[in-house]
Amino acid sequence: MTGFLTAGIIRTALEVGLIYSLVALSLFISYSILNICDLSTDGCYTLGCAVGAIVTIAGHPFLAIPAAMLAGICSGYVTALLQTKFGVESILAGIIVNTGLYTVNLAVMGFSSNVSIFGTDTIFSIFKNLNSSGFWKDWCSLILLTAIVVTVCFLIKWFLGTTLGLSIRATGDSPAMVRASSINPLFTITVGLCCSNALTGLAGCLIGQYNKTCDINLGTGMVTIALASLVIGETLMGKGRMMFRILGMVVGSCFYRFIISIALRLNVPTEAFKLVSAVIVAIAIAAPRAKQLIAFKHKQMQAFQERKNMRGDKADA
Amino acid sequence: MLKIEHVFKTFNTGTVNEKKALTDLNLELNDGDFATIIGSNGAGKSTMFNAIAGSFYTDSGFIELDGEDITFTPEHTRSRYIGRLFQDPLMGTAPHMTIEENLSVAYLRASEHKRGIFSHVSKSDRDKFREQLSLLDMGLENRMNTPVGLLSGGQRQALTLLMATMVTPKLLMLDEHTAALDPSTAAKVLDLTKKIIKERNISCLMVTHNMNQALELGNRTLMMNNGNIVFDVAGEERSHMTINDLLNKFEENAGKALNNDRILLSTKEGV
Repeated sequence: MTGFLTAGIIRTALEVGLIYSLVALSLFISYSILNICDLSTDGCYTLGCAVGAIVTIAGHPFLAIPAAMLAGICSGYVTALLQTKFGVESILAGIIVNTGLYTVNLAVMGFSSNVSIFGTDTIFSIFKNLNSSGFWKDWCSLILLTAIVVTVCFLIKWFLGTTLGLSIRATGDSPAMVRASSINPLFTITVGLCCSNALTGLAGCLIGQYNKTCDINLGTGMVTIALASLVIGETLMGKGRMMFRILGMVVGSCFYRFIISIALRLNVPTEAFKLVSAVIVAIAIAAPRAKQLIAFKHKQMQAFQERKNMRGDKADA
Repeated sequence: MLKIEHVFKTFNTGTVNEKKALTDLNLELNDGDFATIIGSNGAGKSTMFNAIAGSFYTDSGFIELDGEDITFTPEHTRSRYIGRLFQDPLMGTAPHMTIEENLSVAYLRASEHKRGIFSHVSKSDRDKFREQLSLLDMGLENRMNTPVGLLSGGQRQALTLLMATMVTPKLLMLDEHTAALDPSTAAKVLDLTKKIIKERNISCLMVTHNMNQALELGNRTLMMNNGNIVFDVAGEERSHMTINDLLNKFEENAGKALNNDRILLSTKEGV
């Protein structure tokens, strides 16, 4: 196993998995909690990365984080505004914003399709320089990311327990009840989407500083990956208590990255990579249903066999 | 208390599906009035409820609640003062949230609840919820962390009633709220409704298809037809009325025989 999956590969998978888990958590808020399909994730992720990269290049790697989150909030606000005030279908609103963001992202990056932040300090390089031991150099990124993701998880858990958080959950769960409870659904949807997109922006910012580069096509397919992580997480951790559901998102996206790492290790050609991703997603989503179907078929066969035996007995008698 | 004056509402105006749902609707409800509403399907009973609750804005006319013009007040603001129960017991609660979480969402309506949007359910809130749940006598006070989706229809409707009245509303609107429940549960929920309304002197409108209920419950009976209240009886006259009187009255006012099987059936049951 160590030969096949080295510590380095596992570490990288975990690091990227943790960053992606923030996008999964973002979709958890919009898709699972609010019951809204927010397809602006791809664009918002790139937006977070672009804004983060520009602020980092300007010499403020820490300021880049709130800046990217703020950019995400703005994007989420526009999506919410289209849905709530102008009655655009939620899926359509996401697609419209996503399309518009492409130009915005290019503009943020000074109308070039990629930006490199090599040679400037990032939060990872600053954190790395705190200690010079070999162990620290290897694991510091993972420790930093774990700290960030754990903090975010606790914040989400706390937020969903507040009266505002409960109102947001109720909005996704029972619209009729919300209208009868003096909650303004337009307000809760807006707040929910802003929070969700802030997390996407944060993830974009972190991946930009982690890879030390930002590309205009970075976010392509992100919503699929996050959705896959979400489904894997829900399959693995269940839909029970809130803390488990939140942790499920992290477990799900790390698990997804592991499968990708294995595919990489098996020398799957890069051209086939999107297909591999799609297949993984399809399997993850179909797995619980397939399991049910197999169990049902098995039961059916058994019943047939039993009946056949009974009839056979009667014929003999 | 509640005053509806010359309210009109037409759906799908200018199309073949045009439906005049409310035509010159007038109603004045006094403080503490408990009126039952009967009428055939499409008479405008639910439309009237929706107009009062603010699910849509009316075409013309105005609605006043407790001296305040609410004609153009948004639905979520009105729901601070108006409690509402639907026929479908699944509509009033959030299935994936626990009993406690549902109650705390309902508790948001409390005007004294001004601790801010980031406050959590406190110990005293929880005690209050438990105390109120024990009034239902369904053992729900020991299942505060159960998702509401796991409760039965009757339990959910009882919970919805509790949520709608947790903060005493100025007006309670019941849209056949026991129609989808089994007879014994329906009786229980109805008893509870009566008790809460009486104890707290809540003004109430209740749609029913049961003629007995229409005459027995409350202090006033309204009959609707073609988007209008065609008959309004209270006091002495009402106490002497029989179900047959009521049916005759309907024919007289509406100019046609009552064509609703459910009403006729429930009459036979009752007699």
